[in-house]
Amino acid sequence: MTEPVRPFRKRFDWTLVCLLVGVLLLASSCSWVGWNWDTPMSTVMPKSDFGKVTHDIFMLISWWTLGIFIAVEFGLLWVCWRYRDRPGAPIPKQVHGHTALEVSWTIAFAVILLIFAIPTIRVIFKTQEAPAATALRVEVFGKQWWWEFRYPQLKITTANELHLPKGQTATFLLNAPDVIHSFWMPQLGGKRDVVPHRINHITLTPEVTGDYPGQCAEYCGVSHANMRFRVIIHEAADFEKWVKNQQGPPVESTDPLAQQGKTIFTQSTCVGCHTINGLSAGHIGPDLTHFASRKRFAGSLMESTPENLAKWVENPDHMKPGALMPNLGMTSEQSKALAAYLLSLK
Amino acid sequence: MADHAAAVHAVHDPNIGNTGLDNRKMGMWAFLGSDCMFFGSLIGTYLAYKGKSLSGPGPHDVFDIPLTSYSAALLLASSLTMVLALANLQQNRVKSAARWLLVTALLGLHFVLNQVYEFTTFVLHHDLKLSTNLFGSSFFVLTGFHGAHVTGGVIWLLILVGLAWRRQLDARDYTKVEIAGLYWHFVDIVWIAIFTVIYLIP
Amino acid sequence: MATQAAFMPGSKVATETFWGTVWSWLTTVDHKRIGILYGTSAFIFFLVGGIEALIMRVQLARPDNTLVSAERFNELFTMHGTTMIFLAVMPLSAAFFNYMIPLMIGARDVAFPRLNALSYWIFLSGALFLNSSWLFGLAPDGGWFGYANLTTSQFSPRHTIDFWMLGLQILGVSSMLAGFNFLVTIINMRAPGMTLMRMPVFVWMSFVTQFLLVLAFPAITVALILLMFDRFFGTLFYAPAAGADPLLWQHLFWIFGHPEVYILILPAMGIVSEVLPTFARKPLFGAPVVIYSGITIGFFGFGVWSHHMFSVGMGPVADSAFSIATMLIAVPTGVKILNWIGTLWGGSIRFRTPLYFALGFIAMFTMGGLSGVMHASPPVDLQQTDSYFVVAHFHYVLFGGSIFGLFGGIYYWWPKINGKLLDERLGLWHFWLMMIGFNVTFFPQHYLGLIGMPRRIYTYAPDLGWNFWNMISTIGAFLIAVSLLFFIANVWRTMRSGKIAGNDPWDARTLEWAIPSPPPVYNFARVPHVHDRDDFWLEKHGDGHGGAPRPKPTPVTAAEIASIHMPSPSFWPLLLALAMAVMISGLMISMYQVIVGGLLTLYLMYKFAMELHRPAEGHGH
Repeated sequence: MTEPVRPFRKRFDWTLVCLLVGVLLLASSCSWVGWNWDTPMSTVMPKSDFGKVTHDIFMLISWWTLGIFIAVEFGLLWVCWRYRDRPGAPIPKQVHGHTALEVSWTIAFAVILLIFAIPTIRVIFKTQEAPAATALRVEVFGKQWWWEFRYPQLKITTANELHLPKGQTATFLLNAPDVIHSFWMPQLGGKRDVVPHRINHITLTPEVTGDYPGQCAEYCGVSHANMRFRVIIHEAADFEKWVKNQQGPPVESTDPLAQQGKTIFTQSTCVGCHTINGLSAGHIGPDLTHFASRKRFAGSLMESTPENLAKWVENPDHMKPGALMPNLGMTSEQSKALAAYLLSLK
Repeated sequence: MADHAAAVHAVHDPNIGNTGLDNRKMGMWAFLGSDCMFFGSLIGTYLAYKGKSLSGPGPHDVFDIPLTSYSAALLLASSLTMVLALANLQQNRVKSAARWLLVTALLGLHFVLNQVYEFTTFVLHHDLKLSTNLFGSSFFVLTGFHGAHVTGGVIWLLILVGLAWRRQLDARDYTKVEIAGLYWHFVDIVWIAIFTVIYLIP
Repeated sequence: MATQAAFMPGSKVATETFWGTVWSWLTTVDHKRIGILYGTSAFIFFLVGGIEALIMRVQLARPDNTLVSAERFNELFTMHGTTMIFLAVMPLSAAFFNYMIPLMIGARDVAFPRLNALSYWIFLSGALFLNSSWLFGLAPDGGWFGYANLTTSQFSPRHTIDFWMLGLQILGVSSMLAGFNFLVTIINMRAPGMTLMRMPVFVWMSFVTQFLLVLAFPAITVALILLMFDRFFGTLFYAPAAGADPLLWQHLFWIFGHPEVYILILPAMGIVSEVLPTFARKPLFGAPVVIYSGITIGFFGFGVWSHHMFSVGMGPVADSAFSIATMLIAVPTGVKILNWIGTLWGGSIRFRTPLYFALGFIAMFTMGGLSGVMHASPPVDLQQTDSYFVVAHFHYVLFGGSIFGLFGGIYYWWPKINGKLLDERLGLWHFWLMMIGFNVTFFPQHYLGLIGMPRRIYTYAPDLGWNFWNMISTIGAFLIAVSLLFFIANVWRTMRSGKIAGNDPWDARTLEWAIPSPPPVYNFARVPHVHDRDDFWLEKHGDGHGGAPRPKPTPVTAAEIASIHMPSPSFWPLLLALAMAVMISGLMISMYQVIVGGLLTLYLMYKFAMELHRPAEGHGH
């Protein structure tokens, strides 16, 4: 009745199995040879205490799972090879199971997971301890689609650029005035969501100076991809210098173009949204008092150059889709003057 | 032999499965299990937002416990009349079964009208609407969905009554009415949970 | 009975005219035809979701690319996720539930054939409704997870979210109705002698899936209802300004969302558990353990939802509890994998395309499972969540797992469903290209995630080290697309000139292989009596311990066949599904449409219920 099973082309099939082994070997060798782990947003190059403890668990689990992975995959291949059908083979023994084996591998898995669970729980509690009173407090506001950083102890407000001293514990208080965001500085440690009506915390101590990119990691609308920022870890003395500059009043430029830009700024709707100490007190957009001290702007999307700034002022939505800053209908002269003014605000 | 028996069985009543239970009844149980999760989620939402409203009115500014207790009593009584209807139907006393079904439906209808009255007073006299505060949102949606369940049950019961009057319902349809009864008792039990959680616990 | 015979497949009356054929499909209540409808629709939506993925991959192939706008990219990833989960993998699984479960338990149909048709038509109307949003330029853009409060009208004022929210409601109704139906079918419609522990493991995994469906979907239904009230009727469930907690959505969503992961993977695990024994020619190793671990996975599936929320700041106690629960769920999963390898051990393995896909499932799912163990540890998860590492992880589970498993099922059961064998050579091309393409696409994404590439970004800066492997990943995606062309070619060729399969082309073990391919409309001329999980195998080969093969049953007589009653076709399911779609879509258009649609729905429900009222009377016309 039933059709006989067709003879099977062993050679063809086993070429393919060898191919699979090849692919696996290639993939694993690539991972150690060709892949650069020291990149600007790498999660495996921790630069803080918080980053380091989590990275240790990651490595622990990685080595175990890699071992299990290799054992299972090569075990699978070997079993397929060893028990392949041979012409004229009898029906194999109909084995239904083996209780002792089942019990032992269940226990083995449980034990391995226990090895992961114990350090995991220790780190969970350690990293979520209440911060010391001496910690540098930074209030982080995630907004569509840029970041505001306030240092209440230092009375500084800045945007898209977070400055921290090396070796001092910092604690971040995360606020979301609009929708859910996620605050992520990959080189310094794991992310934490920024949730409306809830203050979340991250506490960490940076250990290596440098300039690290960060990014919003929770989808938050049109320009989610453009909600970036930078973290700059200074030596303590450099941080002091930065603080002094930020606390000072805005720089007065004598450049006529900048003066013209200042007039445009004060007479336009800019003042409704932006603060420049002594000039305006808007709170919707970023504080511009020391705008030119920051290398990038608009969610750290662009470098602060006169050209970029002029283009931005003329049509924000074009540079950052969905940008909430309205198009104010500036002429190119006006926007150039504004750019000159803003870039004078060191 | 067994094959033959099964085949004969299948011809006689395609609704009875190999467990000896009726498919439709089992389907209703599956639905009720699912509906438990539905009301569980709604009640959970209500509890999560309990006391979280930023403005009034709150539950105890608006609740009329005696009225709601009366409503609860109506529903409890309707479970009893449902049982009576089934008992009568089982003995093929179709007329009195239909009468008890009608009483059940009317009790349910009374409950629904009480709820309409309750909602109306909340809106008119206490200015509590869906959009007033979290209490308004979670209260109206939870009790409203229960009310919709009762309304559905009333329509179902009235259809059964109509069938009985047109002589299209008798003891052979016991299971169908029993399933309506399962639903009805479930809606009743859910009300007891809602009544306790929302109205009685301070 | 004449009218019923007219709708039996292969019957001359039904297929005489084109419209007769169309009508017979629109009104069918035959579980096999509904299965085919589900499978075909799911495959088409799988291609749609795949095209969405390809466009995204092209956009991401280079940094600062401008192929699509930010808005369009957000629509694409929202619709890709929603389509693949709700319109491709779930209905493809449903196709196998529909077609195979009655055959595997020795039943002639499901418990509620008309309800089954209703599920399909509701599914189709929901799927078309959701995708119609493209035509209006209003494709959903809130992510498949639709996190509130981004999805409230304050932040998403256009109808985009409405399409998504209402579409999912419609699809949810379909899934739950199917869930009730299959729960009852599996409990109540088993052939005599088929105890629960004699049920094939595919049926068992499907059984667990149905429990998950009926218990998990209410949670998302409530989440969506609350969102609907927020958007249409001014409630404040997701309005932080009124004191609401936007995490309410996340809790409700993931109470559904995590069981949903098992809804997507368990059917594929079931398929693998059928394919391996057949081609290893050995019973499933530790079948009861595989079954119990499936139940355990389903049960724990409800207790781990917050591992999707480790980054929201639940506090150390909740983090630890959900971490431990998540690690626990890895135990039964690992046990399953070892049992599958144990099945192959000592077998006489015949390498055919279905087996390749099953082996691919084990190999790839292992990888996805192990990266999942990493996320079970909250500190590690904080770095990996919402990065491409997670994208790689769940594609290894849902593509390397579910899709490979489901393709295995397609190759395995195709001869049963269509009577012809899919071509082995093209099948192997399909498998290897898909296997290589899949790994080229998704393996580098682990690396990209570890070096910090976040999910759901439409563009990235060129100086982050992400460029090269993104390009490779895109190339891999096209390899997958090419592999699907081989599958389509294979189907095309088989339809035209495939090899006739016969009843039992694989020398398989379960009941469905004892009947002709394709099966007659009544499935079993004589309801079988079952003695073992591998009943058909024992009938052919004996018990392997010297027990002789069972004697062949006597031939079925024409009189026996004539006495089989099959349910009549019905057009009420189709009409009822349409009325529901009219009602629900009315929320976006006008309240009058909602009321008219609602009344129509009620009326049609009445007609639907009354169609079979007391079939005893007026019978025998």
